[in-house]
Amino acid sequence: MTTTTRPVTPKTDPTARNRRRPRTVSEWLLLALAILGALAVVFPMILLLLNAFKSPADYANSSPLDLPQKLDFTGITTFWTTQNFPRALWNSIFISGMVALLAVVLSVLNSFAIGIGRVRGRTWLVLVFLMANLVPQEMLFDPLFKLYDRLGLLSNPWSVIITFTVIQSAFGTYLLSSLLGTFPREILEAAAVDGATRWRALRSVIVPVIRPTLAVLMVFFFIWTWNEFLLPMAFLNTNDSLTVPLVLEQLNGERQTDTTTLVAGTLISTIPTIIFFLIFQRTLTRGITAGAVK
Amino acid sequence: MTTPTRTKSRHPHDAPRFPERGRGSLGYWLYFIPGALLVSVVIFYPIIRNFRLSFFHWRGGRAEEQFAGLDNWIKLFGDTEFLQSFKNIVLVILAMVVIPTLLGLVIAALLFDVVGRRFGAKVSSFLRATYYLPQILPIAVAGVMFSWILKPNSDGVLNQFLTFVTGNDVQVNWLGGSYGTAMTSVMVLMVWIQIGYPVVIFMAALQRVDPELYEAAELDGARWFERFRAITLPMIRPEVFVVALTTTIAALKVFAPVFILTNGGPTKSTYVPSYYAYIEFIKGTDKGYAATIASAITILVALVAVAFIWFQNRVERKDA
Repeated sequence: MTTTTRPVTPKTDPTARNRRRPRTVSEWLLLALAILGALAVVFPMILLLLNAFKSPADYANSSPLDLPQKLDFTGITTFWTTQNFPRALWNSIFISGMVALLAVVLSVLNSFAIGIGRVRGRTWLVLVFLMANLVPQEMLFDPLFKLYDRLGLLSNPWSVIITFTVIQSAFGTYLLSSLLGTFPREILEAAAVDGATRWRALRSVIVPVIRPTLAVLMVFFFIWTWNEFLLPMAFLNTNDSLTVPLVLEQLNGERQTDTTTLVAGTLISTIPTIIFFLIFQRTLTRGITAGAVK
Repeated sequence: MTTPTRTKSRHPHDAPRFPERGRGSLGYWLYFIPGALLVSVVIFYPIIRNFRLSFFHWRGGRAEEQFAGLDNWIKLFGDTEFLQSFKNIVLVILAMVVIPTLLGLVIAALLFDVVGRRFGAKVSSFLRATYYLPQILPIAVAGVMFSWILKPNSDGVLNQFLTFVTGNDVQVNWLGGSYGTAMTSVMVLMVWIQIGYPVVIFMAALQRVDPELYEAAELDGARWFERFRAITLPMIRPEVFVVALTTTIAALKVFAPVFILTNGGPTKSTYVPSYYAYIEFIKGTDKGYAATIASAITILVALVAVAFIWFQNRVERKDA
């Protein structure tokens, strides 16, 4: 999978050479088209930005495309305090962080046995673990709801953490199994000569070597879990157990919600994602391709 | 997906890759203990429980289960709501698989070929990041944002915008008015969310294509579209395949966009199977029937995954 992606290094840099030729009109038009497309994608967010800082009266009297008359933070403060946004933010960070960590540990353990240990029937084992990723969540929600109810884990972050540790580790097991299947033999042999046990080789040799991939996986597990909706909605029912998407959805469902509060809330809810995006932009684009490219 | 199979057939009795004296591969099973336990409880227990329940009628709670044989399954194939939800899945596949893949090919080629090579890698990677942004936004947040834009009456952003453009007072109830506008709105949200995924994957794939191939084609006088068809498409076929597989599975399981935008309405017309199963579990009188719907989706997803892998193996064998 990842191993066969050789970066193609052209002998001559095509960009540099092409640049000497002046850009044609049609190339400028195509660039404009690409920019227009990108603008269309971010347009809804620009709308949020334009309207989140309007006072209710300003919002009612202006077009959504107008700039606010003056910056007004009523919507934002209302959302922040009435919905207990800091609490939701902490819940989301705690749940996603724990899942990212535990799912990577679980993926490493599974894929060590599959990729290094080459146990019998490993193709099937990968498929068994992948089922966690394939199965629709409505298949899980009712039995797990009852199970967590019996265990007293409803409205407890651990119900979501346990569930998504398993679901996310499906992809991790799949990816790491094929990565470890091609782990350099010389390194393993050197470790064995030095008398390392399996556990020791995994901890002190293999994990440090594949650390960059593990970091990419963690970033992805974090975001995927952050964005989850159906199962967290089913398991987390008390107000102070909600995650960021759930808080916003709940506010959206309330009839008497003031529109500026809702718009401000939506804007605030996108901010953690955007911060995350800015920090991990490179990791993200590298990561999704790691899973796809053969 | 195929790598493990192939290594297996090449080395039928291969030893562990970590050479240890006097120890076989048996001890490696210990490493499965946490994973096996968790996946049994969290994934396989619910699957088995729901499959079993699909052969029973059950009101839930403390009520007795009544054996139903194939009742639920027979009912499923005559259930207009279920059939409607499957008709909608075709549209969802259009919005989550077909349109994003085709648009993604065009945008990726545009960003890579024209923007990247003629205007610099910085511009193209910035634009790529912009297209990708909706992919990492929580669907719930994206859904609430769209439902604000699509509010009915003069409250809605889109209605105000159309009123401004046309000069008439536009008051369309996009999400609750008619099946046509509601389903279209859901589909637009899906395209908006999905578009970045193929763009990023295809652009990475294009980097594997040897630029000298393009230059040779250019010297031969091949036009852009001919190059695209003859060189680019065959080279990035594996990625097109992966995108199609993963997005098709996501489309079959889709839930949140419908839940947030339309709640299945107006009058259940925008139901998708996942939403239907969810509602039946929560509000229905027969959890056995809800389990049947959920089981049917699970079987379908598994079939699609197996079919895709089988097909991909065949294509690869033909190539080899």
